[in-house]
Amino acid sequence: MSALWRRLAQTARLMVGQPDYDAYRRHLAEHHPGREAMTRAQFFREREAARYRGGGGRCC
Amino acid sequence: MTRHLPWILLALAGAACLGVVASVRGEPVNALWIVAAALCVYLVAYRYYARYIARVVVAVDPARATPAVRRADGLDYVATDRRVLFGHHFAAIAGAGPLVGPVLAAQMGYLPGTLWILAGVVLAGAVQDFMVLFISMRRDGRSLGELIRMEMGAVPGTIALVGAFMIMVIILAVLALIVVRALAESPWGLFTVVATVPLAMVMGGYTRWLRPGAIGEVSVIGVVGLVAAILLGQSVAASASLAPWFTLTPVALCVGLIGYGAVASLLPVWLLLAPRDYLSTFLKIGAIAALAVGIVLLAPPLRMPALTDFAATGRGPVWAGPLFPFLFITIACGAVSGFHALIASGTTPKLIASEGDAAFIGYGAMLMESAVAIMALVAACILDPGIYFAMNAPAAITAGDPATAAAAVTAMGFPVSPETLTETARQVGETTIISRAGGAPTLAVAMAEIFSHAIGGPAMKAFWYHFAILFEALFILTAVDAGTRAGRFMLQDLLALAVPRFGDTRGFVPGLVATLLCVGAWGFFLYQGVTDPLGGVNTLWPLFGISNQMLAAVALLLATVVLFRMKRARYAAVTVLPATWLVLCTGTAGLMKLAHPDPAIGFLAHARRFAVAAARGEVLKPAKTLAEMHRIVLNDRIDAALCALFLAVVAAILVYAVRTCLAVRRLDRPSVSEIPPAGATA
Repeated sequence: MSALWRRLAQTARLMVGQPDYDAYRRHLAEHHPGREAMTRAQFFREREAARYRGGGGRCC
Repeated sequence: MTRHLPWILLALAGAACLGVVASVRGEPVNALWIVAAALCVYLVAYRYYARYIARVVVAVDPARATPAVRRADGLDYVATDRRVLFGHHFAAIAGAGPLVGPVLAAQMGYLPGTLWILAGVVLAGAVQDFMVLFISMRRDGRSLGELIRMEMGAVPGTIALVGAFMIMVIILAVLALIVVRALAESPWGLFTVVATVPLAMVMGGYTRWLRPGAIGEVSVIGVVGLVAAILLGQSVAASASLAPWFTLTPVALCVGLIGYGAVASLLPVWLLLAPRDYLSTFLKIGAIAALAVGIVLLAPPLRMPALTDFAATGRGPVWAGPLFPFLFITIACGAVSGFHALIASGTTPKLIASEGDAAFIGYGAMLMESAVAIMALVAACILDPGIYFAMNAPAAITAGDPATAAAAVTAMGFPVSPETLTETARQVGETTIISRAGGAPTLAVAMAEIFSHAIGGPAMKAFWYHFAILFEALFILTAVDAGTRAGRFMLQDLLALAVPRFGDTRGFVPGLVATLLCVGAWGFFLYQGVTDPLGGVNTLWPLFGISNQMLAAVALLLATVVLFRMKRARYAAVTVLPATWLVLCTGTAGLMKLAHPDPAIGFLAHARRFAVAAARGEVLKPAKTLAEMHRIVLNDRIDAALCALFLAVVAAILVYAVRTCLAVRRLDRPSVSEIPPAGATA
């Protein structure tokens, strides 16, 4: 049940262009352990800006 | 055999549903037969055709690393659960298009539209979406323009970019026109939409400073605000002092919208665009789900005939022209939409976890959009046809008054009384519903009908009508804002080919110039549409359809070239057949809009009629002065030039595609520029 909820929340966030922050932290921890991670707020703002940089692809 | 059994049963069930639709004559068919038939078609097509294309035609390799795996960065490239990604992709492709086109197509009856939506999505639309997604996925998630450049050459790449920019302009103009038609002379509607601007800004401030990233919280605040705005709108519309402020003529609204577009696309995204994007995205998904539930619960009968006379005569009031080719460009999104090629080569290919997911996401999400189109068609067809035609016929026919509109529509063969039109308007809280072309108001009346049966009864109709208008206007405005930004970047790319300084996308001046050019371009077509006595939808929607289907043809031609390059030409019929059909449709429609002798269809014939009259010093209706006559002539010629441009784009890409296919056929090995499977580097 909580897994389902988590997935729904993830879907809703990705619909508006926000990928999963925990996945980002996991990726950094695995592949770039030395690099400093963005905070949740920084991550949010960075992705928000990125979504519309190319216009924010959506259809008619 | 046993594993096919359920699918055979499903196919039989679908065939039985279609059989019911086909055999019932003279009495209304229940909408559920069409919905059930559509679902069976989708499931069978997904199980067999999508799987065939994925496994046999392109041979996806689940073991091959996708861009999300190879270039994983936790930001742009993230291997994502297929169900989560399906939602993301669906939200990106489904907009106003699948809701509007089918409503406009309903003037020919429910049958032509239904059949085209089903055949089109299975054989063309979903194939295109999947193929482009696949091609982009094998090339690091590159965009359509880059893919065409890689596989066909620099010149066709640039031609496709020019085409894509013009499509953007037309889409923005036609979307903005829908908003104008829905909100003009409607204080309730306009107030609620205007109220979303400060509401979004409050939300933007909340996510910026108070709780960054709290999308769920802020969306709940937003939805509460929206409901408050709708309720408040009713009082505003009833207030003698406030209502005039929000009662705007179409022209005033058009000017306001152009100004809004320019300002909004220059504001920081967190302030207005992003927060409103949350509202429009979630509202869209919610409204679509509610519509589906509503149709199933209500199980309404279709009151529109299966075929109207307009299907045979091609002289319908909503749009002019014969069934072929115009039906196939009127319904784009939902059957096949070229714009999806831009989305399928955007963020989605960078998020796919495994090649095995591509069919589910590319083909599957398009089937889902098609289901939305079927629901929109059903919604338009459950209305009294008299109301449908009174709402969608232009003012030149209805003269804007209940008595004249009822007489005109009754004369078309759809009896309706002036009282019905007045009463319907009163029920949805508007002063008039006559000549509100553009699809959105029609759909809103239908949604009000469906929703009020489930919740609130007739007393809630006005609320639901304005809820539906708000939800459509909200995501159209978001699209206008985001589209202007996208158009600006496209234009800067193109201008940089001539003036390199424009390539600086961070510079203020090039950005400002490109933004203003982009707003000016769609603003021009919007103004032209708003002042058009035939309602504008008549002119702009065919242009939009032609351009959108043209892009679909380009995408399918690219897919064909890629199949030839993969040395899989023996399966090329999968893309060649829909590409041929689309080239035929856009080619015929383009030529007819350009050169048809009937002024109702051909731009040049229309221009000629007005030019000849103007030369004699005569003023033809609806122009009131000679200056207006000249403007109509100029508009027609610009529309004709645009049509010619679209034809030239599709012809050029066709030539390049055929040449590339012939050239690579002589090679004895594949010549694709895919990222090789072994090239796994982080």
